[in-house]
Amino acid sequence: MAKVELIDVSLNYQTLGGEIAAIENVNLRIEDLEFVSIVGQSGCGKSTLLSLISGLIKPSRGQVLVDGIKVSGTAKKVGYMLQQDYLFEWRTILDNALLGLEIRGEKTAQSVQEVKEMLRTYGLGGFEHHYPPQLSGGMRQRVALIRTLATHPDVLLLDEPFSALDYQNRLSVGEEVVKILKEQKKTVIMVTHDIPEAVSMANRVVVMTPRPGTIKSVHEIEMCDQGLSPLQTREEPQFREYFTAIWKELNAGAE
Amino acid sequence: MLNNTSGEHQQYLRQLRRQGFLIRVVQVLLLAGFFLFWELAASKGWINAFIFSQPTKVWAALVRLAGEGDLWKHLSWTVSETVLGFTAGTLLGIILAVVLWWSKFFSRVLDPYIVILNSVPKVALGPIFVVWLGTTITAVIAMSVSISVIVAIMMMHTGFQEVDPNQIKLVRTFGATKSQVLRKVVIPASVPTMIAALKVNVGLSLVGTIVGEFLASKAGLGYLIVYGGQVFNMSLVMASILLLSAVSVILYYGVTFLEEKATGGRE
Repeated sequence: MAKVELIDVSLNYQTLGGEIAAIENVNLRIEDLEFVSIVGQSGCGKSTLLSLISGLIKPSRGQVLVDGIKVSGTAKKVGYMLQQDYLFEWRTILDNALLGLEIRGEKTAQSVQEVKEMLRTYGLGGFEHHYPPQLSGGMRQRVALIRTLATHPDVLLLDEPFSALDYQNRLSVGEEVVKILKEQKKTVIMVTHDIPEAVSMANRVVVMTPRPGTIKSVHEIEMCDQGLSPLQTREEPQFREYFTAIWKELNAGAE
Repeated sequence: MLNNTSGEHQQYLRQLRRQGFLIRVVQVLLLAGFFLFWELAASKGWINAFIFSQPTKVWAALVRLAGEGDLWKHLSWTVSETVLGFTAGTLLGIILAVVLWWSKFFSRVLDPYIVILNSVPKVALGPIFVVWLGTTITAVIAMSVSISVIVAIMMMHTGFQEVDPNQIKLVRTFGATKSQVLRKVVIPASVPTMIAALKVNVGLSLVGTIVGEFLASKAGLGYLIVYGGQVFNMSLVMASILLLSAVSVILYYGVTFLEEKATGGRE
């Protein structure tokens, strides 16, 4: 059984001027522990796809299944990381990391201990009682990740999670995040418009067409079985081939 | 590294201190000069001391008030009416703003009425409160609340709507209910707006209280001012106005103090 499955999913936005087809007939199967990247131009409905999987919005047609069960309302097994960390500046780092648990009513002595442990493991041990503005961009992103992981999702949705960071940080934070996600054995679906990022992290890259978003092609990235980190993957000879192939496809759609 | 021992830095600090000191001196001189000139003009007969009063007489009036024990009575009436009106107006404003935030429908229905209520001078409602509530402290507080509540609603509602939608999306990804969105995001994110509203409201409530006291009171600084005017005791009027200035400054700094308490942990 697929971990996440989209069957003939379409989504229309209603506006005063009429109906806009954001996504059309998307079919996608994602197996357990896969890391799938979705690339496409701005406005092709990539982020919408994540909102559909997370249950934030309902599809106009078709079905979204997680573990074979139809998604209705926000799915507990799915964690969502947004484009920026959106840490609440009025909460300490620890309280920020506990936000998800608090909302789900799962904040117990044990779960708090677990989150503290995670903060320590990922180099944030001394910062529990600091406030977000006192942390660097990379540290904040890690707090955001821990906030998501704390609720024990099986599936993680990443919506351009590194786009708010500068290039240098982007590579190193990306490296860390992938390592953490591998350690924690998560299924990951990441949306990005950065092709190298997509190729270096994922074992499959899904290319989407401009609006209405449909799946144009799927690339199996074969380097990823060798246990390489994203930075090491970028060194591989095949990396350029994947990059060129995906870049051409995205570009063809633009004309 | 910051170097704060160099001679140049010391000189820079000295210059800053000197300028700060100079500003204070000029501020004090300005006030002292004003009172001195006032006193001089009245005693030389350049102005009519009967209608303009003069600082020594104002001081005498203050001392007399304090001696008779009336000073504290009037001060505490005005302060407590203002604090009550201000607290009630702000709380009511926040509650109503939450209602408007909760129901878009309701908010759109009420929108034109709020605009009208905001532009009507609430002071005009004074006589109505007197008729309905009598010449009581309730009428004064009603006046004070009516002036501050609409502004509080509008400021808070705008503040609620300006909360980053992505912060709301974030808690919704965890399955937050509407009431959780309100408690975990909207209210805490609006604390700065709330403090700004408090600062505006403390001034407005004082206006409401004084107008209320003009119309419907037997005590308070507003009453003293009207009474002094009626019996042509201008020294009493001037003394009350000085007291009123002191009260408004103290209330304003009270709110600033609350602000520091509320945000002190973070900055």
